Amino acid sequence: MIAVIDYKAGNLTSVVKALKFLDARDVVVTQSPEDVLRADKIVLPGVGHFQSTQLLKDLGLTEAVREAVAKGTPFLGICVGLQWLYEGSTEAPETDGLCAFSSQCERFPAKEIKQINGKEIAVELKSPHVGWNSLEQIRPDSRLLRGVADGAFVYFTHSWRAPVSHDTAAVTNYGGAFTAAVERGNVMGVQFHPEKSAEVGLRVLQNFVEL
Amino acid sequence: MLTKRIIACLDVRGGRVVKGVQFVDIVDAGDPAELAHRHAAAGADEIVLLDITATHEGRGTLLETVRRAAAKLFVPFTVGGGIGSAEDAAAVFDAGADKVSINSAAIARPELIGEIGASFGAQAVIVAIDARRGARGVEDAEVYVSGGRKATGLRVVEWALEAEARGAGEILLTSMDTDGMRGGFDCELTAAVSSAVQIPVIASGGAGSAEHFAEVFGRGKADAALAASIFHFGVTDSRELKGRLQQAGVSVRLPC
Repeated sequence: MIAVIDYKAGNLTSVVKALKFLDARDVVVTQSPEDVLRADKIVLPGVGHFQSTQLLKDLGLTEAVREAVAKGTPFLGICVGLQWLYEGSTEAPETDGLCAFSSQCERFPAKEIKQINGKEIAVELKSPHVGWNSLEQIRPDSRLLRGVADGAFVYFTHSWRAPVSHDTAAVTNYGGAFTAAVERGNVMGVQFHPEKSAEVGLRVLQNFVEL
Repeated sequence: MLTKRIIACLDVRGGRVVKGVQFVDIVDAGDPAELAHRHAAAGADEIVLLDITATHEGRGTLLETVRRAAAKLFVPFTVGGGIGSAEDAAAVFDAGADKVSINSAAIARPELIGEIGASFGAQAVIVAIDARRGARGVEDAEVYVSGGRKATGLRVVEWALEAEARGAGEILLTSMDTDGMRGGFDCELTAAVSSAVQIPVIASGGAGSAEHFAEVFGRGKADAALAASIFHFGVTDSRELKGRLQQAGVSVRLPC
């Protein structure tokens, strides 16, 4: 059974639809810690504000995920779901993340430095980062990104992002490099929306379903 | 590198895709779900479905159309037309849309932008602006509602800034002066809005050739561009269009 955690942060329809399209059997949308503990796999989607992840703690889901992950259940966080794997986010400093990965998620800078005619010039960086951007430096040992080539395009929509660390499985560049995918053992996250990233995204979800 | 998006738009009336010129002279272009899939397969980065004659009676038809179109669509899918409340938006999301586009209702009650955003995230709210240049051109361009039939007295850039401040995730800017004419986008107007706001701006109205897209991505500072009729009648598809844009130095999602 794949438990898709519903914490009232936006729309789960697309994620569930994509999992079912891939013939994932027994997809359950749930808020129950018991479902999370007995699940074969866990998906935490999410769009919107980091603050909404507070509900995970309040419903006992944070503890359930921590326990499930410790016994080896594969976990996939999507968008805010990836950010939640870190210590927290400056978007809602009072809300704790799972702390599976160290460091904080931060907002994109308002400006980026560009080389124009040999000079370094600060130009405005639009935020949110919306659209199709490429995955780079894909870690060859990534199970989640197996079969995905460097330069493959995926769909993003977000204003906060996680920094690059040794757990980063792929980076994307927008106002500098950030973590587009993170993976350590059975704990995985993607900042992009695989359910909206055409064939590349379906491949990522398929990889997760087949773990 | 973040690419420029090509968005295929389906104008729907009574459950069928239609296409007009400057908001009138409607002709039939096919089944929405079938066309949505065809466009996605042909390399469109996103699909937008606008119910141009949305009525209360027609809601059921629209939701069923959205459901059918969304069933196997794995690129971002926006639905607009007649969304007047957070409940209307919720029904459209439930049917499988990823974003809603709101227009007249946001002008009538700007709080709606934040209300939808609060439940579904700012990224899910596109504020659509139908604009027409004024006597002084771009400077006094005005916002229109009711399918372009009614002037509001609002200045385009000012309304775009307010929509952003109220939590819009993107602006869909349609020039009524260029719409359906296939003579190019209104690059000046698009640049004026795109320079004023932080959020992405989707240019709409006037696409006729690859050069028009290159212009609006360059001079027009658009983040995305939307077109309808040039795709429907097989003049070009997104993949072919993107190939030409890539040659012109525009960064696009290829292969797709």
